[in-house]
Amino acid sequence: MKTSEQDSIGGANMARRSFLRYAGLGVASAGLLATAACHKDHKVVIGGGIDIGAKGDLAILNYAYALEQLEAAFYIQVVASPYAGMTSDEKALFTSIRDHEVVHREFFKKALGGNAIPALTVDFSTIDFTKKAAVLGAAKAFEDTGVKAYDGAGYLIQDAGYLTIAGKIVSVEARHAALISNMLVAGSFAADDQVDSNGLNKSATIAEVLPIANTYLKTKVSASNYSYVA
Amino acid sequence: MNLFNIVEELEKIDPELNDRLNPRRAAIKNITSFGSKVALAAVPFALGTMLKKAYGAEASTSVVDVLNYALTLEYLESSFYNQGAASAGLIPASASAYINTVKDDENQHVAFLKTAITASGGTPVASPKFDFTAGGGTGNGPFKGLFSNYSLFLKVALAFEDTGVRAYKGQAPNLLGNKDILTAALSIHAVEARHASAIRQLLGVSPWITSTATVGNDTGVPQVNGNYAGEETIVQGGVDLTTLPSATGSTTSVAVATAAFDEPLSKDQVLALLVGTFIYS
Repeated sequence: MKTSEQDSIGGANMARRSFLRYAGLGVASAGLLATAACHKDHKVVIGGGIDIGAKGDLAILNYAYALEQLEAAFYIQVVASPYAGMTSDEKALFTSIRDHEVVHREFFKKALGGNAIPALTVDFSTIDFTKKAAVLGAAKAFEDTGVKAYDGAGYLIQDAGYLTIAGKIVSVEARHAALISNMLVAGSFAADDQVDSNGLNKSATIAEVLPIANTYLKTKVSASNYSYVA
Repeated sequence: MNLFNIVEELEKIDPELNDRLNPRRAAIKNITSFGSKVALAAVPFALGTMLKKAYGAEASTSVVDVLNYALTLEYLESSFYNQGAASAGLIPASASAYINTVKDDENQHVAFLKTAITASGGTPVASPKFDFTAGGGTGNGPFKGLFSNYSLFLKVALAFEDTGVRAYKGQAPNLLGNKDILTAALSIHAVEARHASAIRQLLGVSPWITSTATVGNDTGVPQVNGNYAGEETIVQGGVDLTTLPSATGSTTSVAVATAAFDEPLSKDQVLALLVGTFIYS
């Protein structure tokens, strides 16, 4: 699903413009992170791809922003084109999740201001949105991956305020994940595939998460300073 | 569990264990590398050892305090579910798998934290006494009868789960940059949120906390308003979420803004909510 938020950045001219803009040269940001905008090594646009940039909070927040863009786009499409037999209860739940993911996306966009990576173009061609099982399966993958990503990247955040905000979001993602799991298999909200024998949710590194995310993205996201290049 | 055996087993699999645990940076880098090979039961121990190595002869008081605080909350939850699961006729068959999953996780969290605290050179606190009626030891509090009234049991469970999520979140900044401990804390925290979501589904309320502009508590149980105080927050990092565009309009509703973010509680807030009512000695 393509919206005005998700316009492609493809094309050399556009890429050039995006580079200038998102490298912090073009736009003076009133966002939260404006004071960090002097770092010019963030979010380099190469071809159709994006790098979350140098190590540090800006990169981690952009990583979260990328994942939230993906989730928001997915649920926008789920609600816009319901699978066959979607009940009104199910639609209401998907609509709530969509709205949460959109707020997460918009929050990161606003907070990052001129330091934000561009809007990403998604590719959901592998998901059959007409089939309940396919939608729930993809939703489970998105939510579980999101929880693992936040848990795995939390320690990389250096600012206590940002860490708290990440914590505020990850528990909501876990609430989503538990709901989606239960919709697939009743009672699987904390099953072995996501929770280990110590009762800990599994976590994943940036290098593990981005390849999964990139399978649903036309704009490939890299994290060259965290050992992953798409 | 015999900790010395675990060390031997670890050294068989990883002869460089001692090198990896020291210096600190190498240990931090490698702590996850033996997770897949070694029994997962060794993780809390490894965590404790890591702390001890990283902080000197024994883990700093503040880190042990954080772990013991978490342990106290896990004692509360595990004791609650153990008692609920043991109450004949309380849990309907359709929900027993749900409750047992939560119960097992909470018992694992207790074991995990005790092991990690001990391994770090600290001493796990003993389990306090609980009165789940919230009666401060009288057994006659507002939730009297919760172990024979399923709906009431779920409502108290929900208050504990949502409070647990908030409590872990509140401690995150104390663990800034500590890969192993912070990741473990975030991971337990995510599981608590999964529990909260599941209990909410059993109870028939939304899986996330949906507040109004003035009241954070959406459980319909006014006695636990304090446990939800602050959930009605709509400003995050200086951004008023209600000014952000939604999927369908130029602004975001209070319900969505509050549900999309869970709020932390400080240690003092949590203890004030629990001690004297649920925890009485």
